Amino acid sequence: MILFLVRRVLLGVLVLWIITVAVFVLFFVAPHNVARLLAGKQASPQTVALVAHRLGLNRPVLDQYGSFIWGLLHGNLGYSFYSNEPVTSLLASRIPVSASLALGAAVIWLVIGVATGVLSATRPRGIADRTATVISLCFYSMPPFLLGILVLYLLFFRLHLAGIGIFPGSGYVSLTSNPAAWAQHLILPWLSLALTAAAAYARLTRAAMLDVLGEDYIRTATAKGLTRRRVILRHALRAALTPATTQFGIDLGILLGGTVVVEQIFGLPGLGYLAVQSIVTQDLPVIIAIVTLASAFVVAANLVVDVLYAVLDPRVRPQ
Amino acid sequence: MTTTIPIGGAATEVTVAQAIEARSPWQLAWRRIRHDRVALISACYIALIALLAIFAPVIAHIVGHGPDTEYLHTGLTPQGLPRPPSGTFVFGTDDLGRDLFVRTIYGARISLLVGAASSLSAVTVGVAIGLLAGYFGGIVDVVLARLVDVVLSLPFLLAAIALEVVVGPSLLVSIFVIAFFSWAAVARIVRGQTLSIRENEFVEAARSLGASDLRIMVIDVLPNLAAPVIVYTTLLVPSAIVFEATLSFLGLGVVPPTPSWGNMLSESLGFYQVAWWFITFPGLALLTTTLAFNLLGDSVRDALDPRGDRLLAAIRKRR
Repeated sequence: MILFLVRRVLLGVLVLWIITVAVFVLFFVAPHNVARLLAGKQASPQTVALVAHRLGLNRPVLDQYGSFIWGLLHGNLGYSFYSNEPVTSLLASRIPVSASLALGAAVIWLVIGVATGVLSATRPRGIADRTATVISLCFYSMPPFLLGILVLYLLFFRLHLAGIGIFPGSGYVSLTSNPAAWAQHLILPWLSLALTAAAAYARLTRAAMLDVLGEDYIRTATAKGLTRRRVILRHALRAALTPATTQFGIDLGILLGGTVVVEQIFGLPGLGYLAVQSIVTQDLPVIIAIVTLASAFVVAANLVVDVLYAVLDPRVRPQ
Repeated sequence: MTTTIPIGGAATEVTVAQAIEARSPWQLAWRRIRHDRVALISACYIALIALLAIFAPVIAHIVGHGPDTEYLHTGLTPQGLPRPPSGTFVFGTDDLGRDLFVRTIYGARISLLVGAASSLSAVTVGVAIGLLAGYFGGIVDVVLARLVDVVLSLPFLLAAIALEVVVGPSLLVSIFVIAFFSWAAVARIVRGQTLSIRENEFVEAARSLGASDLRIMVIDVLPNLAAPVIVYTTLLVPSAIVFEATLSFLGLGVVPPTPSWGNMLSESLGFYQVAWWFITFPGLALLTTTLAFNLLGDSVRDALDPRGDRLLAAIRKRR
């Protein structure tokens, strides 16, 4: 198990390293006009060159990459080209927003998704199963941005027109300053993210549950006189959760790295919002930091999934 | 071989070959799909959308409205707001007085083109890489599998946005970007399947007959991959359509004024309070199309994977 973990961690580090190289090549080697953007339209070529020199953009690429990695290993990600703020503190102020959004949505979708999937699977082809299948397929086919607009229209605008202003349409309040307002501001974004994802989990859980219910050990459990409830919740669900767990780790990793679309629609100042801003203004240090951080989340999530896998399903535990 | 079997007094000629017909797995799958009402309806709907997309210029000519023409006098209210659906503008108009119906069917061209082109290229690359990695194993596998890991660890929406911004948004770039972030999952599935297929006796037999590696991969291994690849492709198309719509929604992808469902929805975001039709029709078009593809994909999977059937039968018997 230890060996397995060490191997996975090393692989993860390798993957991350390749990603930093790829992102670096994409942004620093591809033609860009950051210096010109920063110096302004009227700037003379001398000024542009001076700006490029100050930012170190005219140094050899390998040199720039070397100092980036050196900084990264010392916890220093450089400074934003525009605000001159350290990138680390810029990220630190955005992470709580994206994390609140991702974790809250994840709880909602897991509960809804797994519960729906289990209910569907216990009575396949019944009325409840068919209804759940149709509804979840609708949500599954719905892009999050479309659901976001719908939610905004129905639960914010329509309710506001009716004089019920319980759901704010945008903005963020930090958890520490006011927990109630925090949840209130996040409910609509949570729903937009969670409902599309819940549909995928309902489908996954249903399929896995049906698979598991056909296994011999379930028949054994039933034969030794356990109640159906106990068989389903204790014996079947445990094994049936493995595909959902895999998916969950990956999804959560992706979400933590910024839920671009939902943050955009609801005006939440998270990582995704910052990323889009920085990409448009070509704020290279910030972009590289966010993409690296987001990839690190995905890699870490994959690692956690592998370990959870072994905990949940005794059959895949390495001997 | 022909025999005469008397049925109900009248002699009917039935060939034995017909009476006991051998059916290949493909014929069985085809029969299952033909008897699946949901699959048929979905397929017809997709065909309808495809026809509308192909003949969009003809329909626009019949309606008499161009996709990018701004009908400032007839298409806008005196206050300059979009007009609701009417006899002249079936789906109403947008904020610039353009015909939403014509724009929606033109948008179908973009969605279907991007969906089909990017999924096909993703599947081609994914199958090729997965096949090479799984068949040769060893160092080839290590390198290719790590490459797949890297691509799967990238925060794909962020990376896609970054790519689009660096290269400059266009239809072709969208197709490339979507394909680039989709092939890795196909490669992973194909690699796994190839690993088990290559251990079969028929591969051994082919090799002892002197078949080259290329021949074994194409003639012996590839046909056995057809079922999972077909299923995955039908499910890849809707996700590619959603991906494209998301990119266009964020202002990347297809460049306005060319209509795509994503950029129409993004334009409608500022008008959802006054013009419900502006958001409804492109939204419905997007939702129903992805839904139809997902339903069809599900049916194809059920048809190609008889195991699901047997399982349900077993469960039903037990109850």
